[in-house]
Amino acid sequence: MKMNLLALSRSIHPKDNKNTVGMAAIPLTGFSKVTIPLNMQIGPGCEAIVAKGDQVEIGQPLGKPIGPWSVPVHASVSGQVASISEEILSDGSHAEYVTIIPDGLDTVSPLVKPPQIETKEDFIKAIRDSGLVGLGGAAFPTHVKLDPPADRPVDTLVVNAAECEPYITSDCLICNNGAPEVVEGILATCKWVGFDRVIIGIEDNKMESAKALKAAARAVKDDPRWPRDGISVKVLKTAYPTGAEKVLIRLLNGRIVPEGGLPCDIGVVVHNVSTLHFLARYLKTGMPLVTKVITLDGSAVATPGNFEVPMGAMIEEVIEKAGGTKTTPGKIIMGGPMMGIAVDDMTRPIVKHNNAILIFDEKEAELPEESACILCGRCIRACPMRLLPMSIDKAARGLDVKELNARHVQTCIECGSCSYVCPAKRYLVQNIRNGKALVEAAAASTEKGGKS
Amino acid sequence: MLHVSASPHLRDRVTTRSIMLHVIIALVPVIIASFFIFGLAGPMLFVFSAAISAGFEALSRMIMKREQTVGDLSAIVTGLLVAASLPANTPLWILIVGDFIAIVVVKQMFGGLGDNFANPAVTARIVLAVSFAGQLASYSVADKLLGIDLVTRATPLMIAKEGSQAIPSFMDLLLGNHAGCIGETSIAALLAGGLFLLLTGIIDLWAPLTFIGTTVLFTWATGADPVLHLMSGALILAAFFMVTDYVTSPTTIPGKIIFGVGAGLITGLLRIYSAMPEGVSFAILFMNILTPHIERWTAPTALGGVKHAKK
Ligand code: SF4
Ligand code: SF4
Repeated sequence: MKMNLLALSRSIHPKDNKNTVGMAAIPLTGFSKVTIPLNMQIGPGCEAIVAKGDQVEIGQPLGKPIGPWSVPVHASVSGQVASISEEILSDGSHAEYVTIIPDGLDTVSPLVKPPQIETKEDFIKAIRDSGLVGLGGAAFPTHVKLDPPADRPVDTLVVNAAECEPYITSDCLICNNGAPEVVEGILATCKWVGFDRVIIGIEDNKMESAKALKAAARAVKDDPRWPRDGISVKVLKTAYPTGAEKVLIRLLNGRIVPEGGLPCDIGVVVHNVSTLHFLARYLKTGMPLVTKVITLDGSAVATPGNFEVPMGAMIEEVIEKAGGTKTTPGKIIMGGPMMGIAVDDMTRPIVKHNNAILIFDEKEAELPEESACILCGRCIRACPMRLLPMSIDKAARGLDVKELNARHVQTCIECGSCSYVCPAKRYLVQNIRNGKALVEAAAASTEKGGKS
Repeated sequence: MLHVSASPHLRDRVTTRSIMLHVIIALVPVIIASFFIFGLAGPMLFVFSAAISAGFEALSRMIMKREQTVGDLSAIVTGLLVAASLPANTPLWILIVGDFIAIVVVKQMFGGLGDNFANPAVTARIVLAVSFAGQLASYSVADKLLGIDLVTRATPLMIAKEGSQAIPSFMDLLLGNHAGCIGETSIAALLAGGLFLLLTGIIDLWAPLTFIGTTVLFTWATGADPVLHLMSGALILAAFFMVTDYVTSPTTIPGKIIFGVGAGLITGLLRIYSAMPEGVSFAILFMNILTPHIERWTAPTALGGVKHAKK
């Protein structure tokens, strides 16, 4: 516990538990099957272009995009397509999967070759063909972000290396070992999209990574693609959620994304370091997004570490190959402990935006019991978006749509800080999410009412 | 069995109970000091009041058939604060009435911790002071260290109002060696407790500082002795333990400042211009009532957003 005389902070300081720092990514292979979802992004995904029984090779597209936002998905192993299956998820949406039984040969498709880029259009198309989405966790299609509407000129590229979620170290690893590639990705982006300045934001618990990035940037100072105002590395105080897009932009250059808006509204594009790192590699090799480096950690994991896994590998098999568990798992989280999703099914596949699997033991998984709000104000002080979480919580429980709107429920980024600090252990984020759904449902029904 | 729950999957260690425990620890110096100033009567009142309050809390939750909350320790905090606001020679039955008002009437009848609009201990103090003005008019201190006999004395604020006797020395004010309610005389003990709460992050400085500052400035501007007003009466007790009460004071920084300044102004006004020597309780109760409105006036603007709609 620490002093809080003036109560000015807008962040929290959970124990960072970065136990896997510095551990190289161990490639895991020999999976019994991979199940690749045709949608691993925000917005509509793909439609299958392979059929049961087809032979596929690494890097071969399995689906073709069905909308301007969609990006293709690719085979992550060579082998035979065992099935194309459909599943209805708990939220009512449909998900389609291509299941491949690997032949163990890891043959690379002849389609995999470095893209030829002459124009900005080529560049955007190549990025899209690579299947790239925001690897920080949001899964926003990268080609869309790199091609903002003409009325939204962008001048600043913010590179997110904050990795503020506890446990996760995969981005840190990329910075330590692949800083030159990160910078190459930045330069390529600068060349084709055109930014005046690039700011890399990183927290001060990763000084080694910060140094590596600085050195890599310094080494290419004379490159013709170097942006006008340069590439700078800004070290930020370690706090959660520094890496939340809107928070990071404000910390790095003071601009504030308007409510309901996007960073491009204020001339900024944010990319995760791992996204740029992949981009550089793709431009060189043409190998689309078929593997992912993830951090495996948590109290029930036998040997925590970083692992490179093929897309679509089952969580269960990843855990087993990575050393297994040492106690009965109580909870399995895809992503970080603050924003990750608890999974009910160990056969779920690894997808593009996964950056961690955390396995908690029974004790850590225990859910705290909720008690009455004591109006202590901790959630307010923790909220990076300057909301009143306890008021939104109350409005959501009272199904009060008007109050929910008045309390700006849609501004919430679901960072989890409010629930984290609440001494009454209230399920604030959960109720805020319900509140958002209520507001959306109400808006949809008035729209319908207006039309009929 | 895999647990599935909404994020976040990490929770801070601080609980309602741990916060209340911190407040109880912060009151320990005050309880100890009361022994040296008021003899055994001091600590006994504290302990009785805490126990009676916990009993009332447990009973009312049982009768109302709601989940048991006595374990959150908030009733003990309230009990200690009710005792802190009474003279050493308070009859036990008046103490019981005070705890009943605080726990049953002000807290549980409004829904329990978090739903009470007024500070239970402050309200109990006012009701007792008004209802039992005769019984609570005299303030006693132990006649000698560890003495059992209590002798009645005037409190420093009474002396200031009537001007009949010499006011206690600075040292006596600091240590609390003078007549008054058992939890409010020893400034040194209260500061120790307040400092503990500040250092452990349980409270912040905004409300205490603006409350004390306004009262001192106001009394000084009207020609009264600001040091006497700072160091006697319930000012310091209230600054650290009552204007900082989570439930009944604003949650935002501007709100805390408004609360502190408002309570300070009312305290100063009552102390200087009313017939009563002390005005802290009324000031706090008044600001408690105003708190929901202050909260609305001071609601922060969402990042990147326009002002919160006012109701
Ligand atoms: S942190 Fe919890 S108890 Fe405190 S005000 Fe927020 S919701 Fe209420
Ligand atoms: S209200 Fe939303 S943005 Fe604010 S702390 Fe809670 S989850 Fe984060």
